[in-house]
Amino acid sequence: MIAEALFFSAILFTIGVVGVLTRRNALIIFMCVELMLNAVNLSFVALSKMHGAALGQVFVVFVMTVAAAEAAVGLAIVIAVYRHFGTVELQNINLLRG
Amino acid sequence: MMLALLQAAAEASPAAHPLAGTVAEYVWMLPLLPLLGFVINGLLSIVPAYHAGPEDVSHDPEAGHTDMAHEEAYEAEATTFHRRWNALSSVVGPLVVGIAFVLAAAIFLAMRAAGPSLETAGAFVRTYGSWMPAGELRINWGLQLDQLSMLMTLIITGVGTLIHLFSIGYMRTDPGYSRYFAYLNLFVCFMLVLVLGGSYPVLFVGWEGVGLCSYLLIGFWFSDESNANAGKKAFIVNRVGDFGFLVAMFLLWANLGTLDYAGVDAAATRLVANGALVTAICLFLFLGCAGKSAQLPLYIWLPDAMAGPTPVSALIHAATMVTAGVYLIARSGALFALAPFASLLVALTGALTALFAATIGLKQWDIKKVLAYSTVSQLGYMFVAAGVGAYSAAVFHLATHAFFKALLFLGAGSVIYALHEAYHHTHREEDAQDMRNMGGLRRHMPVTWALMWAATLAIAGVPVFSGFFSKDQILGAVYGAARHSAIGELRLLGIPGSAILYGIYVLGLVTALITAIYMTRMMLYTFHGANRTGEGERPHLHEAPWIMTGPLAVLGVLTVFGGWLNLPAVLHALGPEALLDRWLAPVVARASATLAGGEVAHLSHATEYALIGAAVAVSVLGIGFAVVRYRGPLLAKREAEAAETGLGAAVRQAYYVDRGIGRYLVEPTIALSRKVLWRGLDVGLIDGVIVNGSAALMRGVAWAGARIQTGNVGNYAWIVAVGALVVIGAVAFR
Amino acid sequence: MPLDLSVPASLVTALLPDLIVMGGAMALLLWGVWRPEGASGRPVGVGAIGVCLAALAAIAGMAVQGITAGPGPIAIDNFRWATDAVILVGTILSIALADDYGRRAEPVAVESHALTLLAASGMMLLAGARDLILVFLGIEVMSVAVYVLAGINRRSARSAEAALKYFLLGAFSTAFLLYGVALVYGATGATNLTAIGSALAASPPGPGSMAVIGLALMLVGFAFKVAAAPFHMWTPDVYDGAPTPFTAFMAAAVKAAAFASFARVFMEGFGPVFVRWHSVLWWLAALTMVLGNLIALSQRNLKRMLAYSSIAHAGYLLVALVTNTTEGAAAMVFYLFAYTLATVGAFAVVMALAEGAERPQDVREWSGLFSVRPLLAIAMAVFMLALLGFPLAGGMGFFAKWYLLQAALKAPAPQTRLAVLLVITSVISAGYYLYVIMVMFMRPRPADAAPFPDTPAWTRSVIVGAAVLLLALGLYPSPIVRWARSSSLQPTTATGVPSTPEALRITAR
Repeated sequence: MIAEALFFSAILFTIGVVGVLTRRNALIIFMCVELMLNAVNLSFVALSKMHGAALGQVFVVFVMTVAAAEAAVGLAIVIAVYRHFGTVELQNINLLRG
Repeated sequence: MMLALLQAAAEASPAAHPLAGTVAEYVWMLPLLPLLGFVINGLLSIVPAYHAGPEDVSHDPEAGHTDMAHEEAYEAEATTFHRRWNALSSVVGPLVVGIAFVLAAAIFLAMRAAGPSLETAGAFVRTYGSWMPAGELRINWGLQLDQLSMLMTLIITGVGTLIHLFSIGYMRTDPGYSRYFAYLNLFVCFMLVLVLGGSYPVLFVGWEGVGLCSYLLIGFWFSDESNANAGKKAFIVNRVGDFGFLVAMFLLWANLGTLDYAGVDAAATRLVANGALVTAICLFLFLGCAGKSAQLPLYIWLPDAMAGPTPVSALIHAATMVTAGVYLIARSGALFALAPFASLLVALTGALTALFAATIGLKQWDIKKVLAYSTVSQLGYMFVAAGVGAYSAAVFHLATHAFFKALLFLGAGSVIYALHEAYHHTHREEDAQDMRNMGGLRRHMPVTWALMWAATLAIAGVPVFSGFFSKDQILGAVYGAARHSAIGELRLLGIPGSAILYGIYVLGLVTALITAIYMTRMMLYTFHGANRTGEGERPHLHEAPWIMTGPLAVLGVLTVFGGWLNLPAVLHALGPEALLDRWLAPVVARASATLAGGEVAHLSHATEYALIGAAVAVSVLGIGFAVVRYRGPLLAKREAEAAETGLGAAVRQAYYVDRGIGRYLVEPTIALSRKVLWRGLDVGLIDGVIVNGSAALMRGVAWAGARIQTGNVGNYAWIVAVGALVVIGAVAFR
Repeated sequence: MPLDLSVPASLVTALLPDLIVMGGAMALLLWGVWRPEGASGRPVGVGAIGVCLAALAAIAGMAVQGITAGPGPIAIDNFRWATDAVILVGTILSIALADDYGRRAEPVAVESHALTLLAASGMMLLAGARDLILVFLGIEVMSVAVYVLAGINRRSARSAEAALKYFLLGAFSTAFLLYGVALVYGATGATNLTAIGSALAASPPGPGSMAVIGLALMLVGFAFKVAAAPFHMWTPDVYDGAPTPFTAFMAAAVKAAAFASFARVFMEGFGPVFVRWHSVLWWLAALTMVLGNLIALSQRNLKRMLAYSSIAHAGYLLVALVTNTTEGAAAMVFYLFAYTLATVGAFAVVMALAEGAERPQDVREWSGLFSVRPLLAIAMAVFMLALLGFPLAGGMGFFAKWYLLQAALKAPAPQTRLAVLLVITSVISAGYYLYVIMVMFMRPRPADAAPFPDTPAWTRSVIVGAAVLLLALGLYPSPIVRWARSSSLQPTTATGVPSTPEALRITAR
């Protein structure tokens, strides 16, 4: 049961990574990052169960809180970028390079 | 803070030393006084700059910047505001150095009062806190007072005060007046740290500090490209020397485990005399000295350093900083005594430099360039003396040279000042330093004329003048060493050391002859014959103000009577003999004796008289020759610019050294290094292919690295992900 | 006086400096909401700096009292105090710069100061965190605030782009770190570093694959935060686009905090499995030094050049970490202090000479700077020489490198090759540091060059203060050396017991 959960979590994490790598839209990339974080949360819960202690679940609460804060800031940044560039497609947001 | 320093000093003092509790306890004030002046003048130079705004006239790149050329721009901008700050700088700048001189004199008197007990007590060392506590290496902020550093301190603060006073007049109209005094004060501070420091690293602080000040002052009129380049050249050449110094320090630390003088002196006995290690240490030290003191082949920066204001040339590039190398060798006598081979190389380099620079001096037209090459040449003499172990003779010549060369430079400054003023009146753009524009100035500036002749006679070695005694002592020491010394018993390339020393003696005599010729030539062209300045300018030529001639006069007295510091034994009728030798004996006598092979050889009176006779004959001959040779051209309005060929042209162009370095050293370095290293001289160390290949590789990586930086977040994420995979793999499958 | 960290009151004591900064941030935010319209930002800046000074005083007080604690979630040791001090110094300097920036370019003073303080509190939490939960919280509090700071200039597209890039990549790398934490927790059943250390030391055949992969993922996360190659890609773009005061903040304080935590987690938590991460970190250090310095050579945009320079310095600091010794940690603290002063000073000069917020500056625009702004040119020369590690004129910079080299060479496993590489890459770095000096001092100022704007008062104070401190501490570094030495971080050895310097020396023989 725990092994399956961990395996599933790894799959989710990988999907998140692949999403970040292949998508071009800033919002979707951010959602993929959230997917990665939630994959980790799943791992925490499973591992907490394995150790028979609540520590991992406490961690999950923290991660969720932080992810919410991050989402708020991230969306604000995406909006700021949209105001300047008129797009959130990353290949067009390219003033800084070299 | 002062209290803390005093407490630290009090804790450290073992009551045994005869100087403990005397005025010598205030030795820490010596460098701090000029530092205070630097702070005040530095602030003064910043405050008006803010009021003047960023477009300060001193920063106008369009204006021509020969000596004093700021004046025109300045007078337009001059306000009472500037003048008020300048007046404060004129007081603070010289005053702090003057007070330092008075303090040094008081300490000197205390040392005299301590009497013979001082000779056995060793150096007076005070520690003010630890500097680098790094493992076993423990270096303290310590000052050391002994006979040698005392003498140097007196010269630096004494001559320094005079030059500060002279600068009041010379720099009067410069917009960077306060900045100038700030730099000059800072220089004196670092120079005092250099000579008073109790260990090689503290000396190195001063060493680097004076280099920095020299750089700042050479490029003082930095908006002129060539001045800035001269500063850069001095800086870079000196880094070559510093490399040597640093390596020497690392070797000392690695092998002796200490870097303060007392420790090195004590531990030096552990080194194998004549061994490769001590020879290497000494040669690396000498490389540092050659850079700082402008010896072959690192002399090239000093003539260019004349781009700075003339009083700077007098203080830094004649009297004090450039002699730091001589001081360092005298200070390291305990090491050089163990390395006769290195000492021989020092003497040989000094002799060759002396001759080489003197010949170049023969053909220069720029009055300051003549003096610059003459300085290089005289420094060569000092290294000859230091090389044969006659440390007190080297320091003696250092002292007399400080007097007469400072006088010569300041006199030249006075002449340049007069010419510049004159050309300024008529608004003509002529070179105020070119001797072809001078001539006949004797009538216009008699005081300068008389004093500069005194200095010229001194440097030429005419009896009674100070330079005569010091040069004679050096030549006598070389002759004595050739007769009998540890160096004389060496062989260099199969040639016996004594033969080389005789050769050095002959080189010294020839140099003395040439010195007399070119110095007389300079005097004749500047002060005698017809005036070539120009009809319109002639009425405006006049003597410098008293604030400039006053210091000249004091230096004149020292130049004439400086020889009494150290009269040779044969001339004891003139006064007490060998004062300086006896004063310095506690510091240098042991090393001198070791190098001499037991005891310093005493020449018979007949020999001494013969040597003196030879030296006098040579100098008189040189002066006479110059008078005869240059009498004709002097009458001409301008010497015909006949195209010179062969040797003459080569000498005029300073043997094409500068041009040659560009063409034959800088450009082909890469190619040469490739060839030489390809032959395997340094197999596996540096390979030409690797050198060039790595340069290309560096450029390639830099280019590629910047290209990878596409600016696209997606690409960055890919690199992070791939990097993460590699890291996981590396950690997991280790 | 040992604190029992299971008692809440003791926890408050342990977190006092962090709480001061956090409370200050909250107070500033409230003031920002209720402030009268058109009020000047200056009191806010003074207040923000005051908060930092109060925190510094608290740190000094706790350090002097010698408060200690058992193995709890918060470390109470000199390493924490020392890194906190470095972070706060960097924060104070950045706040002063931001205040001038706010007046010149974009009036954002209140929000930016509050965010800076929030970020600083996160950093301090990070530096003291001995529990992976707190490490994660610290990193996120710091990062989220800094994401906003990078994009705080709402009028600048470059600023917004920098924020977006930093945010996306930062969140991406945090996910790696977090997954690493989860796996380590799974393998050891603990998030406390001490517990993790003893668990790893106790497993006889070595760590299992879960622990190893977790360790690797955490390494990636930290490497990203400290900008080690190849995880450095965000750095030049973000540093370039962010408003200069916050670039300085990122380059100095963020890096210091990340390195402090990196060192603590790997030395205290993963010390027993040193052999597993040693060689990877070795390669990261080497790659970072080489890449950072080489690419910096090709940069003419000042902020990018300084960004690559900061990457290179991350490489040097990684060398200290590779040694896994108390001396290495001490050298790291000393280096961070010197680096903070020099790098903030350099960015301050860049800011002083930029007329607007938007335009990137080319080094060559500084031609002849010395002739119009001698003070700025001299100060910049000091910063460049300090970053280069030049003796004397570079002030503390030389000693920083010197102690780093010494730590590398005296480690039980001497890092001779890394030390050599450090020296070689430092020589390469002369290529771009001295180029700046050459341009400022040796090039003539073009007649048609645009005039530089006046330097605001606080910026000037930051520049002069940093330069004077660097030089003064270069002449007399022993107090800082002693302070760095006392802040030793002790690596956990394979026996699970924190090793003493004596023990290290024995193993060295």
